[in-house]
Amino acid sequence: MVSSKKTANDHAYTYVAEKGLNRTLIAHISELKNEPGWMTDFRLNALAIFERMPMPTWGADLSALDPSNIHYYVKPLEKQEKSWADVPQDIKTTFDKLGIPQAEQKFLAGVGAQYESEIIYKSLQKRWAKLGVIFMDITQALHEHPEIVKQYFSTIIPPHDNKFAALNSAVWSGGSFLYVPQGVQVDLPIQAYFRINAASMGQFERTLIIAEPGSSVHYVEGCSAPAYRQHALHSAVVEVIAHASSKVRYTTIQNWSNNVFNLVTKRAVAYRNAQVEWVDGNFGSKVTMKYPAIILKEEGAKGLIISIAVAGKGQHQDAGGKIIHLAPRTTSNIVAKSISKEGGRSSYRGLLKVVKGAVGVRAKVQCDALLLDAISRTDTYPTIDIREQKVDIGHEASVSNLNEDQLFYLMARGLTQAQARAMMVNGFIDAFTKELPMEYAVEINRLIAHEMEGSIG
Amino acid sequence: MLQVTNLCVAYNEHIILHDISLTAQPGSIHALMGPNGSGKSTLAVTLMGHPHYAIKHGSIIYNGQDITTISAHLRAKNGIFLSFQNPLAIPGVTLATMLKEAHQAMTGITLDVAAFRAQLLAAMDLLEIPHTFADRPINEGCSGGERKRLEMLQLLILKPSLVILDEIDSGLDVDALQLVAKALMTVRAANPLMSILMITHYNRITQYIVPDAVHMLIDGRIVESGDCTLIDTIELHGYSSKVSVHGE
Repeated sequence: MVSSKKTANDHAYTYVAEKGLNRTLIAHISELKNEPGWMTDFRLNALAIFERMPMPTWGADLSALDPSNIHYYVKPLEKQEKSWADVPQDIKTTFDKLGIPQAEQKFLAGVGAQYESEIIYKSLQKRWAKLGVIFMDITQALHEHPEIVKQYFSTIIPPHDNKFAALNSAVWSGGSFLYVPQGVQVDLPIQAYFRINAASMGQFERTLIIAEPGSSVHYVEGCSAPAYRQHALHSAVVEVIAHASSKVRYTTIQNWSNNVFNLVTKRAVAYRNAQVEWVDGNFGSKVTMKYPAIILKEEGAKGLIISIAVAGKGQHQDAGGKIIHLAPRTTSNIVAKSISKEGGRSSYRGLLKVVKGAVGVRAKVQCDALLLDAISRTDTYPTIDIREQKVDIGHEASVSNLNEDQLFYLMARGLTQAQARAMMVNGFIDAFTKELPMEYAVEINRLIAHEMEGSIG
Repeated sequence: MLQVTNLCVAYNEHIILHDISLTAQPGSIHALMGPNGSGKSTLAVTLMGHPHYAIKHGSIIYNGQDITTISAHLRAKNGIFLSFQNPLAIPGVTLATMLKEAHQAMTGITLDVAAFRAQLLAAMDLLEIPHTFADRPINEGCSGGERKRLEMLQLLILKPSLVILDEIDSGLDVDALQLVAKALMTVRAANPLMSILMITHYNRITQYIVPDAVHMLIDGRIVESGDCTLIDTIELHGYSSKVSVHGE
């Protein structure tokens, strides 16, 4: 059923699973990772659920995705023999436009070897460890901290949540485990694998974050550089548990190559007076379906979702956010911005739910779409389900084009049309960019400028 | 030197300006006066290169270069600056961000952030603009008078060689008008060859900045040109006599 081989294009792997899924393969993955029995059972159960559930048809068009035509497990050799010459030219051009140094470019493209940031990362890890913070690969955590992982794993997103959560549960590999002890404030953002390693992030990663009472942490994953992938499916699961009075911010920037189906389930639970924030930037991919969710479970909990999506030629960004108010005096805010260009399509899909008895809830949803030309498309699918009367709910939506007179104003100040457009688009997503760490904000501005060069309307 | 020759301009196929000719020497100050709807603002944005205004015939030559058909950003790079009648707000784009990029585009000089900021804050002080405006989206939430001062701030930073002021005096109280005049004179003192084309329908600004030449624009035509005594004539008799003469 499984074999060790070299793939046709000469990338060396120690182990490549055959395409498609079956129980033997799942058991074998679990065995290779030397997992405890409960995890093997969990995977096998999830596989059964995956096989039983139909493909979702309520969102983006997934008809071009064939789950039986995918390698579900590929373990690369430690040193990859991929060549810089194999990296597509448009990816290299984007690296240049983003101002990423050559050494870093090679690493991002999966060509380079060790990078010095790994050393910096190790020293940061020591500092965090002194505070009792556990931050490691989730497989490693399964061995070193089995009791914590078992206590929380899949408690927020069970396998039967949706077909791709089930798939991830069956085949997951890699991802981060982050545990912040009671009262510990982590001052610097914790970055998944460190920025430079973002490109080696997995295909079916699984992230689990636990913030104990009174703690705070900012977790950042991804980077603005295009993540070049040969495989066509990325399906991650992210679970966040924010205990009483803790604060968790989770920032994602992803720029997948345009062959990727990016189907991700992200959900957080916030207990009494806790605060959870998803800052989510979606670039690239063929299809993205991603709606970060926050369950405000106890009184005083707060949720914030800031989501942006950029849909270009041949792309559909189906993104948004979900907030569920289960307790009184919980507050939430969703800000979703999308940009569609060159025939791309962006959809806002959101849920705002308030249960009966959740009095004093305040919630606001704002979704703004920017269309850069007449051939692109945007739509909104906001679901608002309010079962309590004593609440304060606001919903605003807008669709706009780049204003010609504003463009002229900027061009009259010496900016080219592309510069002026980029500046206006960056202004449009300012609510997102200003929440990012500085180096990411700078890159996003450059990325937008680069995208505008190719799309003069 | 600006040379406008027989310029005919249409908006949505409707001719707004007819056979406009105007020559402004380096360092000269021209006033273009006329009633509402006479085409003053159309001339301003046409000189700057607004794509919605079509030049049917005629030409615009600036410093020997034919700029009749070139894009607005190239005109700016050639030294032309338009102070807008109604400067637009641009959401999410801060004044500092925009001006730094504009400064770089117009001068070709890349200043580091600190050096540019020092220059910007000094100019803001001259115009009595609070420093907090630097990091606010440009013109957003600003009164008409504040917007005009922000236009002058951009002028101070971008140092053009030809300034077109479209109704700079509207919406300004006396104090603000004096500040604007001071800013203009500061730039002109540094560059005596800077020309100014003031577009206005009353004489308020001309009390502070005295023009060398005055043109009266009625129904899209320059019906009379003269020295600054023409302002007094307009003040005394209004535009109406000229309107009826032209109409006959």
